[in-house]
Amino acid sequence: MSEPVNNGGKPAPAPGGKRQQEERRKFLRAAVVGTGVVGFSLAGFLPVLEDDHGRRLRPPGALDEKDFLAACIKCGQCVQVCPVEAIHPADLWDGFGVGVPFIDPRKQACDFACDVGQCILACPTGALEYRKPAFLAVRPGAQLPAPPVLLAKENDPNPTLQFKERMGVARLDRPDACLSVLGKGVKGPARGESFRGLKRYTDVDRWNPVRVREHPYDLERCDLCVRECPIKGAISIQADDTGRLTPTVHAECVGCGVCQMMCPVEPAAIVVDARGTWGGA
Amino acid sequence: MGRRLEDFRRMLGAEPRRPEPGDYSPGARQIHDTKRLKKSDFDALKQVAVKHRANKRWRRRRWTTLIVVNLLFVLSYWLDVQLVEGSLSGSRFLGFHMIDVNAALQLMLAHKHLITNLLIGTATIALVWGVLGGRSFCSWVCPYHLLAEWAEKLHLLLAAKKIVKDHPLHRGLRVVLWALFAVLAYGTGYTVYETISPTGILSRAMIYGPGVVLLWIFALLAFEVLYSRRAWCRYMCPVGLTYGVVGTVSPVKVSYDLSKCFHEQDCRKVCLVPHVLDTVVKGRAVTEIVDIGNDCTRCGLCVDTCPSGALHFTITGVTKRRTGE
Repeated sequence: MSEPVNNGGKPAPAPGGKRQQEERRKFLRAAVVGTGVVGFSLAGFLPVLEDDHGRRLRPPGALDEKDFLAACIKCGQCVQVCPVEAIHPADLWDGFGVGVPFIDPRKQACDFACDVGQCILACPTGALEYRKPAFLAVRPGAQLPAPPVLLAKENDPNPTLQFKERMGVARLDRPDACLSVLGKGVKGPARGESFRGLKRYTDVDRWNPVRVREHPYDLERCDLCVRECPIKGAISIQADDTGRLTPTVHAECVGCGVCQMMCPVEPAAIVVDARGTWGGA
Repeated sequence: MGRRLEDFRRMLGAEPRRPEPGDYSPGARQIHDTKRLKKSDFDALKQVAVKHRANKRWRRRRWTTLIVVNLLFVLSYWLDVQLVEGSLSGSRFLGFHMIDVNAALQLMLAHKHLITNLLIGTATIALVWGVLGGRSFCSWVCPYHLLAEWAEKLHLLLAAKKIVKDHPLHRGLRVVLWALFAVLAYGTGYTVYETISPTGILSRAMIYGPGVVLLWIFALLAFEVLYSRRAWCRYMCPVGLTYGVVGTVSPVKVSYDLSKCFHEQDCRKVCLVPHVLDTVVKGRAVTEIVDIGNDCTRCGLCVDTCPSGALHFTITGVTKRRTGE
């Protein structure tokens, strides 16, 4: 019995030189294309390097920015569970942060309409956590003085939110534009008729957020940032040295951004510094 | 065992090895000998044997599955039915965690910490694809695969008109990229590959709306149409390699029947990974029945295409074997 032979199917074998040349070409093409792909992926470093501390407001319970980008699997489960649709996955411009969730508080802040931080419960990888794992340090000033009390459930057996660190801190950015400081009032919807933002008003509906534009105000002096703040004791109106009534942020502030969303002035007089710490930059 | 190793070698980019004379089983040797007839006799034999007509049955089933799976993700968010929450990189199916194995690998390397939910989800998915055949994920679920199939059609059309030409890349590139992205994740502390993963990008775009990042997908597709056929899935995608390893011992596979094969190699022309079908080359099959290796995506195009029904799906332990190994 002789061995089976290979005489069909394949085209006639090319001369050794030509075959080798094709192999070399394949290799060179692979090297060039591979370099291109890795190069493109590494370009994702640029937006991250530009701002190491994170310019994005992340959902509550997010790890520190670098750990957050490492631990987030970009699945968007947090996006899906948010009742006010405050969370969105980022686009190409975020580089390594593409697909990572963020909050644009001016458009739609997190008002904890879910009562517990559904996004934290939904996160499968621990990128959003009530309590950081022990091996990750807490930045000074990021720790909240006490578990934040959610006004909407103040009468519940446990009125607190369970996370330990703030998302950021609110700051009165433009006191000269602040309606309270100027002694001006608000009549009608806080952000105009076209604003699509949602908010939970416990006196309207405990469980279903409504459009802010469907909840008009009639205030002689604006105090929306204080009135609508979902956290107990996070902000109050104080008279400053000159007697001007100024919104003043306290250590209880979790940085949710509701004040920034509700501020009737354009651009907002009060803003949240994402990842801001108490008493720090 | 030797064949498993050979499958791995091939998946990692090596050219298929021609069998040694001693590798052939007596049965296979006999069939190979039968086929060494005069051309007229061979053709006569073929006439008798050809029963299977080329069709699109498996492609239809596969495309339907792929579209339904991706639609489930989209609709369960849009209609808020909470059947599958999340996207392909990570989800809850009726509450059970499911985590993409490659994404989990990147994440653990970058984060350097293990989370219980993550491990549970990864183990679940590894088990699912370990049974269903790792790379079945590619052709039955990955949305990029479907787009790439359409781009491939365009490429072949243009190639037939001699407008474009296929430029193959070295298959070892995928292994290099896999290793590089693993090193980068560990070294930089970022999940670098996830930035460019077409699977993740497309899945998110469908569920949460499109973004500028889709330009990357268009660039990849354009590259495949104009320059290199199926370049991403064939030569580059690290996810494919990860799932290839996951599915190594899967009982679900495409099986080749030497006695029915007339070595026309139509299967290799439609195959995404033709190196797994090296065994259909005349004289290469060392046993009468040969299981196609772990780099096979179980897409079934070869099963549909084979004019003589020499290729079919089998499930070890379920499908009855005609002959032994």
